Amino acid sequence: MKDVKSNGIPRTTPIQSATFSQSINAEIRRAAATGIYDIRGGGAKRKVPHFDDLLFLGASISRYPLEGYREKCETSVTLGTRHAENPIELDIPITIAGMSFGALSGPAKEALGRGATLAGTSTTTGDGGMTPEERGHSNKLVYQYLPSRYGMNPDDLRKADAIEVVVGQGAKPGGGGMLLGQKISDRVAEMRNLPKGIDQRSACRHPDWTGPDDLEIKILELREITSWKVPIYIKVGGARPYFDTTLAVKAGADVVVLDGMQGGTAATQDVFIEHVGQPILACIREAVRALQDLGMHREVQLVVSGGVRTGADVAKCMALGADAVAIGTAALIALGDNDPRWEDEYQKLGTTAGAYDDWHEGNDPAGITTQDPELMARFDPIEGGRRLNNYLKVMTLEAQTIARACGKNHLHNLEPEDLCALTMEAAAMARIPLAGTDWYPGKSGTSY
Amino acid sequence: MQTFDLEAEGLRALNSALHAQSEQTNQTVWDIVNPKGSHAIAVGLDAPIEVNVKGSTGYYCAGMNKQATVHVHGSAGPGVAENMMSGTVVIEGDASQYAGATGNGGTLVIKGNASSRCGISMKGIDIVVHGSVGHMSAFMAQSGNLVVCGDAGDALGDSIYEARLFVRGSVKSLGADCIEKEMRPEHLELLADLLERGGCDAKPEEFKRYGSARTLYNFNIDNAY
Repeated sequence: MKDVKSNGIPRTTPIQSATFSQSINAEIRRAAATGIYDIRGGGAKRKVPHFDDLLFLGASISRYPLEGYREKCETSVTLGTRHAENPIELDIPITIAGMSFGALSGPAKEALGRGATLAGTSTTTGDGGMTPEERGHSNKLVYQYLPSRYGMNPDDLRKADAIEVVVGQGAKPGGGGMLLGQKISDRVAEMRNLPKGIDQRSACRHPDWTGPDDLEIKILELREITSWKVPIYIKVGGARPYFDTTLAVKAGADVVVLDGMQGGTAATQDVFIEHVGQPILACIREAVRALQDLGMHREVQLVVSGGVRTGADVAKCMALGADAVAIGTAALIALGDNDPRWEDEYQKLGTTAGAYDDWHEGNDPAGITTQDPELMARFDPIEGGRRLNNYLKVMTLEAQTIARACGKNHLHNLEPEDLCALTMEAAAMARIPLAGTDWYPGKSGTSY
Repeated sequence: MQTFDLEAEGLRALNSALHAQSEQTNQTVWDIVNPKGSHAIAVGLDAPIEVNVKGSTGYYCAGMNKQATVHVHGSAGPGVAENMMSGTVVIEGDASQYAGATGNGGTLVIKGNASSRCGISMKGIDIVVHGSVGHMSAFMAQSGNLVVCGDAGDALGDSIYEARLFVRGSVKSLGADCIEKEMRPEHLELLADLLERGGCDAKPEEFKRYGSARTLYNFNIDNAY
């Protein structure tokens, strides 16, 4: 573009509005054309303060490091020690989050079980019941107890290694689920006891309890049905982590699972994903504070999720006080979701590898978030399990590398004092001193 | 017959004893005395036994029942027979909220009235209420049958799927996508069987049938409020 108009007057540079950005304008045009809000899968895509805004300090004169390749750095974790006769013992503190059969294909669920089992960790069912292949390939399987109760039955309940009462999830605290008709195959319909091809709504709240006092009784019932053998988790979205954690403990939870807004969903409104809930970074310390105030930190275990991608993220969660993490989106990527090898097909769907999020439409080129037999056939559950195991191994090795550098012989020994924050926001949310200072917003004192 | 004093021996001992019964058990009849409104009585049963609760119960009595017949000689608290799979549960008195919630099978008979959300998200259970039901009953009801010999409260069958609702008295209001439907001969036959199983002497011809208009089955923004 010429920088001078024909009459010789300098032209101003066209400026795109930060408020009315290209993507915002495109959404306005889409909404104007259709009258329907945008539904998609995944978690928040907006940039929010995250684990990247924290750094480990490492050892120095005042801290003694461990040898990186030789000295032991334990990674095991036991979940559900408060009431359960059989707590879950895991080799690594990285678990697989709940994702439904229905949202995912049967082979994808099998792969999650295979990978988790190889790595010595647990996987989790989802809103759609427990499939035999998932149970069969998962050494440790957590059975979700959801508002819809799709597929819920006492036999599967007793086959579970733990029960997770889902109150909310990070992508949509306060919201229910939706599985559009395109993904309702005969098998999915049968498991959910609904006609094939209709859109299945999952309620936003449980049908037979309404508050923490009721929840306590509901947990009593679940424990009686399962003879007090297995741990009971309560999963909450990142809404009010201090109070939600307090109430979950009061209701009798063995484990609290806390999911930040970056945590994924199979399908919900984009406006819900991007505008409701808090980043996980802002939630962990509040949940830990609640546990500490109750004298229950490490007695009731805390599992956090929502944007955990690397061993560094795992180590940071542990340092902030979590006992374990859960991964969902990252596990799907490890299986092959959003892989550039399918770029031509992503282009045909109007998207690109890495940005594909129309999981609810069931056209996943990678054959993972679909019930289409032809697409499903592209996915090899054995290879998927191998890839997931590799990824979990790498994350664990990375976390161990950091822990040893901080002088810790167990990931659980990482502590807030091992961290500094790069931004004021992260410092405030995680209550970690801003790099170069001993201060974070809200803390009195401003210097060394 | 086995008699179990719940107050003296405790809930865990009760449910353990009931869970220990197999298909071939000789201990087929159990009387539970002093229930005193306790929660989670006789939950998760899976044997063809008869359990008589001699008094009123708290939350979730007979939850997730399979095969067993549980008879409450009193009233039942919230969530009675929730997620029942099979068998029979009979309440001599009234039932609180969420009676038969998400039930997959079996028969729940309530000889008094049922409170709100009776049959919420029911998935195949048959529920026969001799009296009336409260608001939001059969909300998101997926399948099975709800028979109400008295009246139904507000928003009956809101967002209903394929469950069938039969009401003899008045319906204060119907929920979203729930409509009155034609009572055909096969429905009269079905209802006669339900009434007989429920111990009701009402006539099928006195009832009206309600079910889904099926306009909410696929996402359409015009259906949003």
